[in-house]
Amino acid sequence: MCGATEGGLSLDGVDVAKEAVVQGVVTRGDQPVPNAYVRLLDRSGEFTAEVPTSATGHFRFFAGPGEWTLRTLAPKSETIDKKVVAEIGSVVEVTVSLS
Amino acid sequence: MSRENTLVTAAWVEEHLDDPKVVLVEVDEDTSAYDKGHIKGAIKLDWTTDLQDQVRRDFVNKQQFEALLSERGVANDDTVVLYGGNNNWFAAYAYWYFKLYGHGDVKLLDGGRKKWELDSRELIDEVPGREATSYTASEQDASIRAFRDEVVEAIGTKNLVDVRSPDEFAGRLLAPAHLPQEQAQRAGHIPTAANVPWSKAANDDGTFKSDDDLKQIYSEAGVDWDKDTIAYCRIGERSSHTWFVFHELLDQSNVKNYDGSWTEYGSLVGVPVVLGDEPGSL
Repeated sequence: MCGATEGGLSLDGVDVAKEAVVQGVVTRGDQPVPNAYVRLLDRSGEFTAEVPTSATGHFRFFAGPGEWTLRTLAPKSETIDKKVVAEIGSVVEVTVSLS
Repeated sequence: MSRENTLVTAAWVEEHLDDPKVVLVEVDEDTSAYDKGHIKGAIKLDWTTDLQDQVRRDFVNKQQFEALLSERGVANDDTVVLYGGNNNWFAAYAYWYFKLYGHGDVKLLDGGRKKWELDSRELIDEVPGREATSYTASEQDASIRAFRDEVVEAIGTKNLVDVRSPDEFAGRLLAPAHLPQEQAQRAGHIPTAANVPWSKAANDDGTFKSDDDLKQIYSEAGVDWDKDTIAYCRIGERSSHTWFVFHELLDQSNVKNYDGSWTEYGSLVGVPVVLGDEPGSL
């Protein structure tokens, strides 16, 4: 695996008009991190979902509209929180950079 | 049951990697996860094909379960240690399933695959060969599985614990946020159900919280420890995780998992449904 894929995950087969998609990639330097875990927390900080990153470091959530926090856990790394706002019919792309 | 008998640590698993009577079994929501590396010696169960009837919405029957475990080389006197991704959702589901069919010694790896990975412990590609056995299952243990009529009757009388996320409980989402939003015909929850997301029982790394913390979390949510309990979620996997907490860690009797869960209840004609964050009444 060399370098993170640019442009995010393919949305083929997803009816974007009906979904509030939050997706992105976890990287360390310019390398994707395939064994990280990304959690989606709702506006009150409550856990809503979690996915492991793919071989290319990508992740995706079908969130509802509103404010969310992405919490990323990875081996030998501090936990990173990032706030995002999702809307039905839009795709939010996020890059999580691990130190 | 108790924590000592039902839960093992990653260190315990590492010490037993070469123990022929300990069978590690990986069960994931993402059924391809095993193929991307697994704990040494672990076999795979696919919850969609191995554990579900492929025609009706139900589990494989006793004979099919016997054939499955015999073919995979699991013996009745083996210690089965389950682990998986998603904080052990499907491993807990398989745990409950093994208990449903009466397997003697089943354990869950605390934290599952995530904790193992976050600890940077070894995953390998080699698939073990296990000699076939002649496995005998018991009849399903009806004392740990709830069906829809029983759930409707439990409204206002038993503890109903909805373990989905608050947005699913309130009807703002129909499925967990990493899945497309479809499935049940209606959103919401069963009247009088307490919403205690499964995740309240786990730390960020997927391990279970202490017994004292767990008791406090469910007590604060209104669970009456003197009453019988039915746990449900969307398809019965996250509620297996909470069933494990109640029945195996906290030693509660009369705890059932409603595997039909919201995808069944939310599609039933004529049953009461509540929207919003409050439990509601009948």
